Amino acid sequence: MLAEIGVGSIEELFADIPENVRLRSPLALDSPRAEQEVFEELRVLAGRNVSVENEVSFLGGGMYDHYVPAVVDAITQRSEFLTPYTPYQPEVSQGTLQAMFEYQTAICELTGMPVANASVYEGPSAVAAAGYVAKLDNSRSRFAVSRGVHPHAREALATLARAWGMEVVEVPLSDGVTAPPELDSDTSALVVQQPNFLGAVEDLDALAASARETGALTICSCDPIALGILKPPGECGVDLAVGEGQPLGGRLDFGGPSFGFFASTEALLRRLPGRIAGETRDQDGWRGFVLTLQTREQHIRRERATSNICTAQALNALGGVIYLSWLGRGGIGELSELLVRRTAYARERLAEIDGVSLANTQPVVREFAVTLKAPVAGVIERCAERGINPGYPLGRDYPELEDGLLVALTERRTRSDIDRLAEVLGAAIAAGREVAESRA
Amino acid sequence: MRAQQPRRWFTEAADDELTIFERSQTGRSAFVAPEAGVPERSLDELLPAHLRRAQAPRLPEVSEPELVRHYNRLSKRNFDVDTGFYPLGSCTMKHNPKLHERVAALDGHARLHPLQNPHRAQGALELMWRLQRALGEIAGLPFVSLQPSAGSHGELAGVLLTRAYHEDRGERRLKVLTPDTAHGTNPATVTMAGCEVVKIGTDSDGNVDVEDLRAKATDEVACLMLTNPSTLGLFEPHIEEIAEIVHGVGAMLYYDGANLNAIMGICRPGDMGFDIVHFNLHKSFTQPHGGGGPGAGPIAVSDRIEPFLPRPAVVRRAPKGNGSEAFYDLDYDRPKSIGRLRGFQGNYGVFVRSYAYIRSLGAAGLREVSETAVLNANYLLARLKREGVAEYLPVAYDRLCMHEFVLSGSPMKRELQIRTLDLAKRLLDHGVHPPTVYFPLIVDEALLVEPTETETKETLDRFADVVAKVLKEARDNPEIAREAPYTTPVRRLDEAGAARRPVVRQRF
Repeated sequence: MLAEIGVGSIEELFADIPENVRLRSPLALDSPRAEQEVFEELRVLAGRNVSVENEVSFLGGGMYDHYVPAVVDAITQRSEFLTPYTPYQPEVSQGTLQAMFEYQTAICELTGMPVANASVYEGPSAVAAAGYVAKLDNSRSRFAVSRGVHPHAREALATLARAWGMEVVEVPLSDGVTAPPELDSDTSALVVQQPNFLGAVEDLDALAASARETGALTICSCDPIALGILKPPGECGVDLAVGEGQPLGGRLDFGGPSFGFFASTEALLRRLPGRIAGETRDQDGWRGFVLTLQTREQHIRRERATSNICTAQALNALGGVIYLSWLGRGGIGELSELLVRRTAYARERLAEIDGVSLANTQPVVREFAVTLKAPVAGVIERCAERGINPGYPLGRDYPELEDGLLVALTERRTRSDIDRLAEVLGAAIAAGREVAESRA
Repeated sequence: MRAQQPRRWFTEAADDELTIFERSQTGRSAFVAPEAGVPERSLDELLPAHLRRAQAPRLPEVSEPELVRHYNRLSKRNFDVDTGFYPLGSCTMKHNPKLHERVAALDGHARLHPLQNPHRAQGALELMWRLQRALGEIAGLPFVSLQPSAGSHGELAGVLLTRAYHEDRGERRLKVLTPDTAHGTNPATVTMAGCEVVKIGTDSDGNVDVEDLRAKATDEVACLMLTNPSTLGLFEPHIEEIAEIVHGVGAMLYYDGANLNAIMGICRPGDMGFDIVHFNLHKSFTQPHGGGGPGAGPIAVSDRIEPFLPRPAVVRRAPKGNGSEAFYDLDYDRPKSIGRLRGFQGNYGVFVRSYAYIRSLGAAGLREVSETAVLNANYLLARLKREGVAEYLPVAYDRLCMHEFVLSGSPMKRELQIRTLDLAKRLLDHGVHPPTVYFPLIVDEALLVEPTETETKETLDRFADVVAKVLKEARDNPEIAREAPYTTPVRRLDEAGAARRPVVRQRF
């Protein structure tokens, strides 16, 4: 090979690299390992994590331990879906492109919106990306963001809003749901979440109507599983419906990779970020699919693109459409109704416990907030000792709920799991109160 | 020339491939709902009717066998790197080791909740910390955040970091220099970060036009975003001078890591004077591309930039005393941070794969990756310089290349009346994926070829032979390439029509 190139050594191929910047010694990394050694190391690291298989977990807060059907793994692990690049050559990418088109259709159906893209990174950054669409659309100077929006989404939007010179004002919660917002002609978008971070179902119609009065857009981040039973944002006057796609057949993966779904009104189609698959015909008249409206995108429009996104989450979105097809038209409603019933049961059971009170009594789908009359950190520790993870402590994100706990359900948490949670949590709170009293 | 036989890789009938929605039949289902198992209550009492949807979403109604068959059929309409050569320039389509899928699927990784208490996620946090250290070493910049979700997200973090750095010093700098060879994500990122693009030219050797840079480097400049090796596959020989010019006006130097695969273990961005680097773990570090993601775009920075890194940081807290162990934690207490860019801790599943890759190869292996990637590219380039190819597809800049190189289809278009696009489409009929086409923008009829280190000499030879064959065929009858492809699941698609009348969802 060197002879064909016309050099004497591999070293000569790097002649353009100035001497001064070359490494003089090898990188300080551990020495190479055999496959079985690497497997062993990664297995040991995995063993030092307590997964949802090692405890009965009621953690939620944006990602949920739903059952992932075997078909999702079987199909997404196929080399043909796992290892191609973004479909730049549509003639040999019809599998990915058609799956994107089907995914977009499923997201439109779920959200009630007319158009959707082929995915963005994940939930919270999707909210920030939706903010950018609003900025491009109306050039107004302020976002009004409900305190019920996921704290990570609020922060991701604030990170970018600062760079855009835009102000972010918080719309407070009142009895667990977004208070009537005060908006004006400077408000670019009202940002809400359905159900909100504390699990409560918002009155989306009213919120979107108040935004529309001032000409602001409504951005709603939604739980896709809850949309199996809730009135879809597209029927409530929402302009941009986005959210975290992990509940749709995705692994927890300690937070990623998952996907963000991104749907909008027809009017915003040409401002959407990222890839969009569209239907067309080939030269013989057969139906086919291509990446379309590419003049929005960075590789064509460069500094005038509607987003900088390139690699998104195609494989995870494929998992999403497989999952939604597995659930099917009837299944998603059955699943979300099941969650409503089990969550209601769990909420009642927990509310009966001495030392637990509900943070609010708003309708919920699959998650609810309580406050404890004992330090929450100690309660969680005591529950963990008995194999229960009772939920997410709310104090860091919501100081007003200092000993608050966010409890989430999935179909994997049975009635007996809930009964056990009630028993263990009750005992842990009682123990916590004893400790507190003995200190006092 | 029309194809004599209907193409179609895989079909059972001369018909459009149905969508999953078109396969739907009322009442079919793959899903069986578990029993609620709790006392029956009226749904209206639990969730008032006005909050509920009136109609079910029209999701597909299919059985599991149909579901599996549908997506398996679709999969056969894809080309993928596990099946054939995929020399897509700037995308680093290398082999994705199967071990990585196995370890990423372990329950302790795949089924770990992101809000798990750090005390019960020590394995994950330690893995992230170790990956940070390894990436910092590879970059020559010690402070790493794994949070960004992909390369463009890392770029966004980088430009926000430079803004934060300057603003902290009381300077408002909003101009960002980007070469005209840059990936589209660079200028798009600049705009999205609230800054303004200033384009820098390329000289006749394919390097950054240093005089143009000098003229445009002012005290309003926040940073220069540079890909090195560039998208022309060329290492910037004046990198030290460039760094001096940029730093001389108080600006930062940003390294777009898309082409890091050429230099691992050979030289480091930090040693070249770069202040911020992003990595594409889905390029150099083997995360499968998934048909357009997921990826991950960690960033490594110098100590000047470190205070501004995204929140939370993954940190190692030293053992407190005898017998105690180090504790890996999430640190939110970072007052100068630009803030979060996304939820949770980043694309952890990607970190597992990339960490496994770095562990497998070690320092020597990573260096060998880059050496072989560069050897393969130069060998393929040499093969394509032979008679029958070079007169139609000359290399755009006749130098030794790094891990990729650019050919120009300009003479081919002139002499044979076929365009780069036609050549690309004809390659599909030979079972190879075409190189990147029409990028970089500064080369007429460009073909950007990146073979990667995981291809054999035989594969490279075959590719060169196929290119020669297509050109020879075009000499005899250019119409064949102009009408190609013939053997693919569909033939050339009407993209203009798709954009004119967008149909982006199934109509019922």
